[in-house]
Amino acid sequence: MQPSLPTLAADNLACRRGDRLLFRRLSFRLEAGAACHVTGANGAGKTTLIRALAGLTTPYAGAVMREGALALLDERTGLDPDLPLGRALAFWFGLDTAPDTGTMIARLRLDALAEVPVRYLSTGQKKRAALARVLGQGAGVWLLDEPLSGLDTDSQGLVMELVREHCADGGIALIASHQPLDLPGMTSFAIEDFAPALEDLAEQDEDA
Amino acid sequence: MIFALLRRDLAQFFPFTGSGAALPVVFFVAVAMLFPFAVGPDANLMAKTGGGVVWIAALLAAILPLEKLVARDIDLGFFDQLRLRGMAEEAMMAVRLAAHWLSFGPPLVLATFPAAALLKIEGETFQILLLGLLAGTPGLAAIGLMIAALTASLRAGAALSGLLLIPLALPILIFGAGALARQDQVSLGFVAAISLALVALAPFAAGAAIRAAREN
Repeated sequence: MQPSLPTLAADNLACRRGDRLLFRRLSFRLEAGAACHVTGANGAGKTTLIRALAGLTTPYAGAVMREGALALLDERTGLDPDLPLGRALAFWFGLDTAPDTGTMIARLRLDALAEVPVRYLSTGQKKRAALARVLGQGAGVWLLDEPLSGLDTDSQGLVMELVREHCADGGIALIASHQPLDLPGMTSFAIEDFAPALEDLAEQDEDA
Repeated sequence: MIFALLRRDLAQFFPFTGSGAALPVVFFVAVAMLFPFAVGPDANLMAKTGGGVVWIAALLAAILPLEKLVARDIDLGFFDQLRLRGMAEEAMMAVRLAAHWLSFGPPLVLATFPAAALLKIEGETFQILLLGLLAGTPGLAAIGLMIAALTASLRAGAALSGLLLIPLALPILIFGAGALARQDQVSLGFVAAISLALVALAPFAAGAAIRAAREN
């Protein structure tokens, strides 16, 4: 899929939201085929981490290194709410020159929804639509922020199956979720383990 | 990629096809229609002041599409997804500027024909008015885009953007309407120059604004 093998690594990463330091000294390295589960309570900084890894925000300290294209799934679909689902997806498929979109749409059970405007879709249907967008991108690195939320049991199983296939194909998946995941060879870390200790906060106050 | 985005943006904003609808243009003609009722059917007075009214109507019509111009796509994560595909924010905003102007500049110029008829604007004055609007609307679109991007992450953004556009659009209004009073082409040159500078600047300012909006 990718000419060069995808990698994703964080080096001594620290991120803030507003004035609050969420985590620091976070380092990891994911090679081709690796899956990683980031756990943490709501507000612990999972989404902040994912946005920093995606390069959408600048981390407070540290660096992100990435090889290969990147696909992001979060609570925002990127699909025009006024357009029928088929046409909204077609825009991204066109940009990404996605092959074989028909089978993909059928697999995510979206074929019956092609004529329905995106704003009428349920939470779970929107999530599946966003997944179709991610699949169509054919990117080596997947960043999935709560991919299972809002999905029924069948769809949750389908998502895990897709991630397994992606990793077996040499892709990387980093999944932030507070739900337990079951993937072969998956590593995991809790974002709370990197939350600043009290002495760090004191240091930070001195700096300020 | 640029063309796919331009097609999508145009479909979003173009009157009669997108969700933007023809509201600004209808508003523009409505103001021109109301004016004779308000001041009375004095042909002389209308010919003298009508051009200014058209300019004010154009300025106010430029405020209407601002609410949806940038904020909606930020909320959708649309710009984020484009960024992941390697597109610069400046390029996204340049495309957005082109789509925004195309969806409100030319329709406004066309709507000037009925508006001018209602206000008894004829002959050379009409020509200068048309040329002035053609030269001025890209500038108005550029100001609008910058303001829409800057206020996108504010809760009262829509109300604020109208207030911000008015003072920034003053130079265009002064030279555009001034050209009518003096019947000269030089002021039109100024309008075009201001527009050009604004159009060149807007994608960078708006691009930086949507990047900054991500950080909070």
